[in-house]
Amino acid sequence: MKGAEARKETRRKVEQSLGRRRRKELSFRILGVGATALGVTFLLVFFASLIAQGASAFMQTYVSLDVEFSREHLVPDGEPDLQFGDFDALVRGALRAQFPDVTGRSERRELARLVSVGAAYQLRDALADKPELLGTRLAVFLPASSEVDMLFKGKIDRSLPEEQRRISDLQLEWTDRLVAEGRLERRFNRALFTNGDSREPELAGIRGALMGSFYMLLATILISFPIGTAAAVYLEEFAPRNRWSDLVEVNINNLAAVPSIVFGLLGLAVFINWAAIPRSSPLVGGLVLSLLTLPVIIIASRAAIKAVPPSIREAALGLGASKMQVVSHHVLPLALPGMLTGAIIGMSRALGESAPLLMIGMVAFIVDIPAGFTDPATALPVQIYLWADSPERAFAERTSAAIIVLLGFLLAMNLAAVIMRKRVERQW
Amino acid sequence: MASPEFNKLQAMDESQNKLRQQGGETSARPTTNGAVRRPPASREAAPGTTVGQVRARNAFLTAEDVNVHYGDIHAIKNVTLEIGRNEVIALIGPSGCGKSTFLRCLNRMNDTIESARVTGRIMLDGQDIYSKDLDPVALRARVGMVFQKPNPFPKSIYDNVAYGPRIHGLAADRSELDHIVHKSLDRAGLLKEVKDRLDEPGTSLSGGQQQRLCIARTIAVNPEVILMDEPCSALDPIATARIEDLMDELSENYAIVIVTHSMQQAARVSQRVAYFHLGNLIEVDETEKIFTNPRTKLTEDYITGRIG
Ligand SMILES: Nc1ncnc2c1ncn2[C@@H]1O[C@H](COP(=O)(O)OP(=O)(O)O)[C@@H](O)[C@H]1O
Ligand SMILES: [Mg+2]
Repeated sequence: MKGAEARKETRRKVEQSLGRRRRKELSFRILGVGATALGVTFLLVFFASLIAQGASAFMQTYVSLDVEFSREHLVPDGEPDLQFGDFDALVRGALRAQFPDVTGRSERRELARLVSVGAAYQLRDALADKPELLGTRLAVFLPASSEVDMLFKGKIDRSLPEEQRRISDLQLEWTDRLVAEGRLERRFNRALFTNGDSREPELAGIRGALMGSFYMLLATILISFPIGTAAAVYLEEFAPRNRWSDLVEVNINNLAAVPSIVFGLLGLAVFINWAAIPRSSPLVGGLVLSLLTLPVIIIASRAAIKAVPPSIREAALGLGASKMQVVSHHVLPLALPGMLTGAIIGMSRALGESAPLLMIGMVAFIVDIPAGFTDPATALPVQIYLWADSPERAFAERTSAAIIVLLGFLLAMNLAAVIMRKRVERQW
Repeated sequence: MASPEFNKLQAMDESQNKLRQQGGETSARPTTNGAVRRPPASREAAPGTTVGQVRARNAFLTAEDVNVHYGDIHAIKNVTLEIGRNEVIALIGPSGCGKSTFLRCLNRMNDTIESARVTGRIMLDGQDIYSKDLDPVALRARVGMVFQKPNPFPKSIYDNVAYGPRIHGLAADRSELDHIVHKSLDRAGLLKEVKDRLDEPGTSLSGGQQQRLCIARTIAVNPEVILMDEPCSALDPIATARIEDLMDELSENYAIVIVTHSMQQAARVSQRVAYFHLGNLIEVDETEKIFTNPRTKLTEDYITGRIG
């Protein structure tokens, strides 16, 4: 009798606690879902605003004009001269032919500003390509100036008083006439990917920064991957475990947490002032970023080496493989995907870094596209920083576009790391 | 084959026994088969002394007063044991008594454990395996090892078996290597099952097949001794039976030291059994004697299932 009572009581208590446990679990779940949803929302808002601002930068407005490749401007003394030919005059002439009613000097100057200064270069390149164009008349699409571009993309508020917009009433009227004639057209903005930096937004591109980042990352991976993996293999497989190796371990972990700007200062002091490596060069950038990525690579590689099952090592040792053979035949092949994952994560961190690069002069305005490790260069994040500082509307748009490109690269790299990790998981 | 050598070895055996007697082992006396024996009256073993027949006829691998420390842990205490040519000897005892530790002394696998310290003398065919001028790499080619969990390399079946011959340069060309691989797989009783899929990964085989692959991999370098550390503990009874049959065949060519937790297995495959307890080698004798007439209480308790 008494036993039955006690059992009932026990069951009642369990029921009670069950409800409490369920409630706790539910509230924890709600919390988790909420946190995830919040994070995803932030991310989506961020991407949406980026794309809203930056997508238009991948298009550029072009003006269709009838250009006469007149001998008068291009052949000053007998020979056609690409260098000294007055291509600007061709553009001006075409605009005048389009708007014959514009006569005043200052009005004409205003008129010329409808078209980008890059138009003259485009004409020169066209003539260099096809010398037979000389003396002919041809309908050509020329890049519009950034003001016309912004207007055509609807990013300039017409209702503002004239002195508060970057485009005058006259230019507004001319643009409208061009639109009415169907002479304005939006095309893919190739210049964004083929040009270096420029003071003119419509001519500014990320090619220089991309190449700078490319050479810099190449230098970084060439320096930090071999050193990092060798250090990891040594520490994991050969180094004796004692106070010194503990000290090294602690220091490597600390190094991974050092603010990146400190590495920039170190690079300035050691690589530029002491080793006299050229300022602003991808080489010095790569060296500084190597300091940054080395701990990441070492830590990831050590984890990958640790993850190789000891049974594999024992099997090889038991057959009479030497330590070196065990490492090179078994441990390294099995750890390599993990090491590469670490390297990619390190590289994607290096790609996004800007602070240390500011310290070593990679923040300069550089028009030429770097062609090697020692040319002056800038990097994509620094380019973004520079453009974000510019007052023109068109640069704001390009800033977002450059961020989209940077994020695209980061996404691709992290995707590669995830794929690599998946492959490791399948191995055993 | 070399009978003068055989005689010499036996002579050594006997002189060692005499030495032992003179060394003050009070109640020890030589028996007809040349081993040191304690009188049946003493059923308890003092630490470091072993009851039974530590000497083997035709000894090939001898451990003399071996002690192993892992830092402060004294894992093996004064163990002396001889293993004969073509003998299968089983090491038994409760978990943690030092069977694996002792086994790993025999091919110097303990070298890879930083805290491990081995003292005493272990001779392989008259050569001190812990002497400075002996490379453990060369030793491990002569003393092969099969582990508890099948551990094929994540490579093809062929490459698994070919790995040893490759690193030791045993084959002059591809056809010779093919021959070694086929022969080893055949002797491990695996060839029939895998000969059409040598390119498949070794890890795709079943557990029992993997363990036979590991045995094939070990005999591919043609060792003189094979150490097996609970080779069947991860296998089902059928796979176990196959491995046991295999051991029988292999014992014609190799000395085999096997650690096992199964009395039946020890009884089936071994000629001698060594019983370890807390780092001491308590009793060694012919398998039948150990199982029918153990002379220490500890051994008896263990084999009747009272400890372990
Ligand atoms: N790598 C090691 N480091 C420290 N102690 C160890 C190590 N390996 C084994 N030991 C200790 O040595 C003793 C014997 O272990 P082991 O030889 O594995 O026993 P068995 O194989 O008989 O179960 C145990 O007390 C164990 O804790
Ligand atoms: Mg064990």
